[in-house]
Amino acid sequence: MRAYDYISLLQGAAVTVSLSLIGIALGVPIGLMLALVRWSGVPVLGRAVAAYVSVLRATPLVTLALLVFFALPNIGVPIDPVPAAIASLAMNTAAFNCEIWRAALTDFPRTQLDAATAAGMTTGLAFRRIVFPQIWRISLPGLVNEMTLLIKSSPAIAVVGIVDITRAAVRIGAQTYEPLPPFLAATVLYFMVVLGFVRVQRAIESHMDRKFGFA
Amino acid sequence: MTREFAIVWAHRDRLLEGLANTIWLCVLATILALVIAGPITVALMSANRPLRAVARGFVDAMRCVPFLLLAYIVYYGLPSLGIRFNNWSAGLCALVTYNAAYMAEILRGAWASLPREHVDAGHAFGFSGARLYWRIILPPVVMACVPVIGNQMIQIIKDSAFLTIIAVPELTHEASAIQSMYYVPFAAFVAAVALYWLLCRIVETLVAAVERRAEATR
Repeated sequence: MRAYDYISLLQGAAVTVSLSLIGIALGVPIGLMLALVRWSGVPVLGRAVAAYVSVLRATPLVTLALLVFFALPNIGVPIDPVPAAIASLAMNTAAFNCEIWRAALTDFPRTQLDAATAAGMTTGLAFRRIVFPQIWRISLPGLVNEMTLLIKSSPAIAVVGIVDITRAAVRIGAQTYEPLPPFLAATVLYFMVVLGFVRVQRAIESHMDRKFGFA
Repeated sequence: MTREFAIVWAHRDRLLEGLANTIWLCVLATILALVIAGPITVALMSANRPLRAVARGFVDAMRCVPFLLLAYIVYYGLPSLGIRFNNWSAGLCALVTYNAAYMAEILRGAWASLPREHVDAGHAFGFSGARLYWRIILPPVVMACVPVIGNQMIQIIKDSAFLTIIAVPELTHEASAIQSMYYVPFAAFVAAVALYWLLCRIVETLVAAVERRAEATR
C-alpha cells in the first residue's frame, strides 16, 4: 500500500463516520418521538409505529438502502446516493432506538408523573423537566450500543455507490492485487471508530457521576 | 403499481428460490456457529491464561469487524494466502466464523451466571471433563440462551443480505436481479422486505415455543 492508499482509506473513514453520525443525529430523536407515540397510546398512530418498528427491525440495511435508492425515483421522488444512504441509516437506527427509549419509558414510575401533574406541570413541561432528564441516562448505554451496531452495518451503503471504509479497501485491493493489507487497515479503522463511541459514552457517564453522584 | 407487483408475482419462483437459499444458509450457519462456539466458550472459561487470551482476542476481533468486511477478507483476501473459496462457501464460512464469536460470548455470559453449586453438585456425582461439560453445564446454559440465540439468528438473517455483494444468490440478490431486469424496484424490494419480516417473525415464534416448552418441562 502506498501513501495515497492510506489517504483514500482515511477519506472512506470520514465518509463512514460523518454519514453514520448524521444518521444517528436524525435517528435518535426520531426514535424518541416514535417511542413517545407508542407510550402515550395514540390509537391508530401507535399501531402504525409498532408495525414500522417490527418491519424495519427485520429488514437488512442492504435491502433497505436498495429500496430507498432505487424505489423512490420509481415513485417520482429523485434521490442522490448520499441522502439515500443517510435516510436508510436513519430509518434503520430509529426503529432500534425506538425500542430502547420505549423500554426506559415503560419502566418510568407513573407516580412521578402524577406528582408532576399535582404540582401543576403541563405534559410538555413534565416531560422536559421530569421524564427526559431521567430516561436519557438510562437509555444511553443501549443507544451507544446501537450506534456501534450501526457503524458495523454501515458498509451496506456501498450498494448505492458510496465509498466508505470497506469500499475504499476493496478498491485498493483490486488495484494492488494485494487485498489483505487494506482489509486489515480497514479493520483497525473500524476498531478505532467503535472504540471512540464507547469512550465518549464512558466520558459522559463519568461526567454525570461527578456532577450528580450517579450515572 | 399493480402491474409492477404482477411482474414480481410472475417471477415469484426466483424470489422463493432466493428465500430458500437465505433460509438454508442461515440455518446451517446457526448450527455450525453454535457447534464451533462450544469449544471457544470452553476456552473463554478455562483457567489456562494463554488459551483464554487467544479465544478472547478472536471474539473481540470479530465483534469489532463489520460483517461485510469479514466476507470480503474471506472471499478476496484469503486467496492471496492460497485458500480459495467459491462465493457460496466464502459466504457460509464468513457467516459461521463471525457468528461463532457472538454465540461464544452469549454462551459465556450464561455459563458465568450458572450457580457455582450446580457445577459442584456435578463434581460430587463424579462428573468431570467432557462429560461434566456435556451433561451438566451445557444443557442449562443453552436453554438459558434460547431467546438470545434467537435474536442472533435474526442478526444472521440480516447479515446474510450482505452476501449479495459477493454474488451469493440469496433473497436480496434475487430481488435485485428481478428489479434490474424489469425495472420494478419498488415491488421487488418491498416483496423482499416482506419475506425478511416473515422469516424473522417465524424465528420469534419458534423461540417463544421453545421457551414455553422449557418452562413446562422444568
